[in-house]
Amino acid sequence: MADEVILLDFWPSMFGMRCRLALAEKGVKYEYKEEDLKNKSDLLLRMNPVHKKIPVLVHNGKPVCESLIILQYIEETWPDRCPLLPSDPYQRAQARFWADYIDKKFYGLGRKVWTTKGEEQEVAKKELIEIMKVLEGELGDKPFFGGEKLGFVDVAIVPFSTWFYAYEMCGNFSIEAECPKLIAWTKRCLEIETVSKSLVDPHKVYDFILQLKKALGIE
Amino acid sequence: MGEELKLFGVWGSPFSRRIEIALKIKGVEYEYLEEDIFHNKSALLLKYNPVHKKIPVLVHNGKPIAESQVILEYIDETWNDNPILPRDPYKRAMARFWAKFIDEKCVPAIWKSFMSGGPEREKANEEACELLSTLEGELKGKKFFGGETVGFVDIVASFIGHWVGPFQEAVGVDLLTEDKFPMLCKWAEEFKNCPVIKENLPPRDKILAFFKAQLEMLTSFYKNRV
Repeated sequence: MADEVILLDFWPSMFGMRCRLALAEKGVKYEYKEEDLKNKSDLLLRMNPVHKKIPVLVHNGKPVCESLIILQYIEETWPDRCPLLPSDPYQRAQARFWADYIDKKFYGLGRKVWTTKGEEQEVAKKELIEIMKVLEGELGDKPFFGGEKLGFVDVAIVPFSTWFYAYEMCGNFSIEAECPKLIAWTKRCLEIETVSKSLVDPHKVYDFILQLKKALGIE
Repeated sequence: MGEELKLFGVWGSPFSRRIEIALKIKGVEYEYLEEDIFHNKSALLLKYNPVHKKIPVLVHNGKPIAESQVILEYIDETWNDNPILPRDPYKRAMARFWAKFIDEKCVPAIWKSFMSGGPEREKANEEACELLSTLEGELKGKKFFGGETVGFVDIVASFIGHWVGPFQEAVGVDLLTEDKFPMLCKWAEEFKNCPVIKENLPPRDKILAFFKAQLEMLTSFYKNRV
């Protein structure tokens, strides 16, 4: 029986991009369904009744929610192609730790950078840079977080880089000036075809943010 | 080479007890080190978990692992007897989903419900009830979240099964009651009666005494949490 794989997603979502990238790495054919978050489909509400959020991976009718959980599901369901996690349990634990770190720290601060002004924004910018520096420390001299090639942590973080331009414009700062190693890593990732095809254009993300700010009444 | 396993924990923390439960399920020996987490973290803890500076931290042959759910998965992958997570990828995804739901939604909502005052408390209580209701729905008449035996989600839910009772008594809030959540309460009884669980949970009266004595400190810790 052929696999039926559907991804319920929203084009600028970094969480959705993680799934697109993992599926591309694994060479899994799937149907991409764009959701209108102001008018969520019945399918989304049925597939994710608890959170009502994207991304949702629907595999042969069964839904998997939460992007890092989806990544692990993809990894475990299609284990032979392009492993994203190492085989050693300790290294797997480290990969899970850093992916969890991103989710705990990054998203909230990034959001503050484009939604706030003044002192609150300055604090958010400073903290965001600190987190990026921690990530640079973890990257070290390796070409990728996964070592010689793209791994779980790379897939978890690289979609956030599509929002860097928007953060910089809204926050009036340069991420590259503060974290050149991290930017070098994102450029290295973008040289990989699956990455450049799965990630969206940062300028389009910025336009989207500007529209969203208008709609939310944020200057 | 002999295995060297150390666990940095706090006697009353549901997060470090999770790890102890898992290690006991696997029948693995370890050295336990109690941390004074509120007042005086040890140099070793800060060395092993420089990023978050929290417990629990498991150190296996000198290599540290932090974040309780990450540690649980590590334990399950390192010692294969008595599996904690199911083998099937879809069932694993479901277990991870509900464990995340508990830690990211239920636990913070319960804390908010206990730590808020006045009208804020009523709203927080409502939210916590809705979340607990969703969690109860997931039990679906099973003995444990893991099915016939205790699994990943049950271990993560131990906060709800064993700490919420004394916590709500200390604070004077009726959140987890039998009439509101009959299946969750039944699950809690079954869970706490398992020998490997019973032997590894701190005594209820000790937790109650701690919450009563430290309510002020906990409230300030909660308000200032990073």
